Amino acid sequence: MKAKREVYLDYSASTPVDPRVMDAMMPYFGEVYGNSTSSHHQGRRGESAVEEARERVARILNCQPAEVVFTSCGSESDNLAIRGAAWRARRQGKAARLITSPVEHSAVINTVRQLGELMDCETVAVPVDRQGRVKADRFAAACRGGAAIASIIYANNEVGSINDLALLAAIAREHEVLFHADAVQAGGQLTLDVEALGVDMLSLSAHKFYGPKGVGVLYLRDGIDLPSIMTGGGHEGGRRAGTHNTAFIVGLAKALELAYAEASERLARFRHLRVKLVDGLLSRVAGAELTGHPENRLPSHASFVLPGIDANALLMHLDMNGIAASSGSACKTGNPEPSDALLALGYAPDVAKCGLRLSVGSATTEAEIDYALDVLVAAVDKIRGLKREFAT
Amino acid sequence: MNAGETRVVVAMSGGVDSSVAAALLAREGYDVVGMMMRLWSDEALGGAEHNRCCTPDQMRIARSVADKLGIPFYALDSKGVFRDIVVEYFIDQHRAGYTPNPCLECNRKIRFDWLLRQALALDADYLATGHYARVARRRQGGWLLKKGLDPGKDQSYVLSVMGQDQLKRTLFPVGDYPKSEVRRFARELGLDAANRKDSQDLCFLGNNDYREFLRAHAPDLMTPGPIVTSAGEVLGEHRGLSNYTIGQRKGLGISYSEPLYVLALNPIRNALVVGKRDELGRDRLVAERFNWVSGALPAGSFRAEVKIRYRAQPQKALVQPLEGSRVRVEFDAPQRDITPGQAAVVYQGEICLGGGVIAKFDDEQESLEPKDQAVQFIA
Repeated sequence: MKAKREVYLDYSASTPVDPRVMDAMMPYFGEVYGNSTSSHHQGRRGESAVEEARERVARILNCQPAEVVFTSCGSESDNLAIRGAAWRARRQGKAARLITSPVEHSAVINTVRQLGELMDCETVAVPVDRQGRVKADRFAAACRGGAAIASIIYANNEVGSINDLALLAAIAREHEVLFHADAVQAGGQLTLDVEALGVDMLSLSAHKFYGPKGVGVLYLRDGIDLPSIMTGGGHEGGRRAGTHNTAFIVGLAKALELAYAEASERLARFRHLRVKLVDGLLSRVAGAELTGHPENRLPSHASFVLPGIDANALLMHLDMNGIAASSGSACKTGNPEPSDALLALGYAPDVAKCGLRLSVGSATTEAEIDYALDVLVAAVDKIRGLKREFAT
Repeated sequence: MNAGETRVVVAMSGGVDSSVAAALLAREGYDVVGMMMRLWSDEALGGAEHNRCCTPDQMRIARSVADKLGIPFYALDSKGVFRDIVVEYFIDQHRAGYTPNPCLECNRKIRFDWLLRQALALDADYLATGHYARVARRRQGGWLLKKGLDPGKDQSYVLSVMGQDQLKRTLFPVGDYPKSEVRRFARELGLDAANRKDSQDLCFLGNNDYREFLRAHAPDLMTPGPIVTSAGEVLGEHRGLSNYTIGQRKGLGISYSEPLYVLALNPIRNALVVGKRDELGRDRLVAERFNWVSGALPAGSFRAEVKIRYRAQPQKALVQPLEGSRVRVEFDAPQRDITPGQAAVVYQGEICLGGGVIAKFDDEQESLEPKDQAVQFIA
């Protein structure tokens, strides 16, 4: 086969599990397998593993262990926060107004949309600036009308920009609106200190910070009584039923600890590689534009629009050369639609079909960046050449 | 060339033939890449949400076949180019009073041009499809297009638009096998598409009839006009020329002393010309935009077999190359349904020499330079 070299530049989509995390998880498959709710010795060992993990997560989040709810993924955490808040408002006899932004992850957008349809909730999308950050004055105006919840993404998955969460959370609090942050992309890279941020809820997913897929966290501030969206046993203080996935919960805690213990070194490396990637791409690909904020963005995250270059075709060329990348508009069925996020940022529909996201991670090297840039430049030339041949 | 270093892009549809084509190449050890074109369909028209060739189901099947074979698979957005070229051609041809075969136009400009270029840009050495046809090397150099081994499945008719540049970059892996063998391969490979029925409808119509499609996209084609005999006698009113095709007898809505058939569509007068059965047969035609597979214009006229529809049997004829990519065909016996817009494809035995689009009958009154010298094409 012609393509031998494989270069993974899609760490924002998922990361490999750190071997140290795997080691930490291993005992909880075959040795400690009891149901954490059972009263016997196996159950007690499982319970203590889960509770220890909860304490470790709470230390990173600067919160009480009881405020940490384990879930099955980031999407479930988002669902619990938003659905729970909407139901809570209804239970209190209040209008369940929902505030969000147009550049949220689909777990947030589609949950809000469904609640709008099924529960007749009023939904408000606060505009964002050209970098994808929520406009604070518009957010304040939205909160003035009161709401069951405001859910805002911490760092954007598509363009990497970081919202000023502390500012937005303070505005929400001032108007007595519950504030949820989707921190799935931010986990492992930005501070998760919920006191400093002032958030009421915060979602995380382990597989974005070198933990396993299929486990997440919702931080839920003490005193906020959300109806469970997963009913059953009394797990997680009645907030999320379902037998604990002990091994994965242990893995999440271990991965989170490692990410923050090694953050300064890791993030400096990510930033260096990302800058090299961005500078190289912008200088070598005519017409390319960086999307999102140039500095105030996730260290690992680079995103662009390459006008005239259909994202589907570009990803195919990259993959044929062993490079894993992604795009907000590419689609496995060959039916690229303009990225909703890029449209919300003000890009024209034909440009919003040409997004490219490259994200670096633990195994990325400078040589890989050089290789990826060479492949990218060649692929863009080829695609542009084909387009010229078919310009009718 | 070493198979492992030879990259082949396979146009996969989720159907048996292209799936087996991919499997045969993968088994040979080629560096195989699956590709599927996302084609245009008329989403506005009810029931045609997806192009028949690339429904989500077809795509899922193709993707799972690729996974099974361990090859990459990509779907390419071809909606715009397909709509601009094939669908426009279909409408324009109807507007001009032809009965077009858009599959040939698709092969000419999409599959063996647009897609072939996409493949070559991906550093592929070949594009492969699941067509029943064969490519053979000519002794004197160059490439021949031959019928598929299975006479019941031969698809060289729709490939008659190909030239040397395409053939040298094309593989038809299933063309060397009978369909029964291909189905057996499919079962061995566990391809669940093995028994799907082939559809005859145009891919972009979805579940709609082509007349409904035209009614929506070219309502002007549905303008009523006179039904006339070849002598000029007006017999009634038709419902728009595109509702009719040459040789059609049913649904004319006129009563006459004997059965009448559609003889011609005259878009200039918006007239439907009808006549008796014995007026229907013609023994000659002129084909335009004629493509010679060899790339060379034959020196003179020659004996050959000519196929005038995809499903028709080849008929013996004298073929005379004319000026300006035109070809005159004189059949040994009159043919009933020579239809302007369909392709006339010329064969000598197994070899497809080329094809063109059947012109309006008026164009036949051409002064012809006699070219009697017979030319034989031998592999």
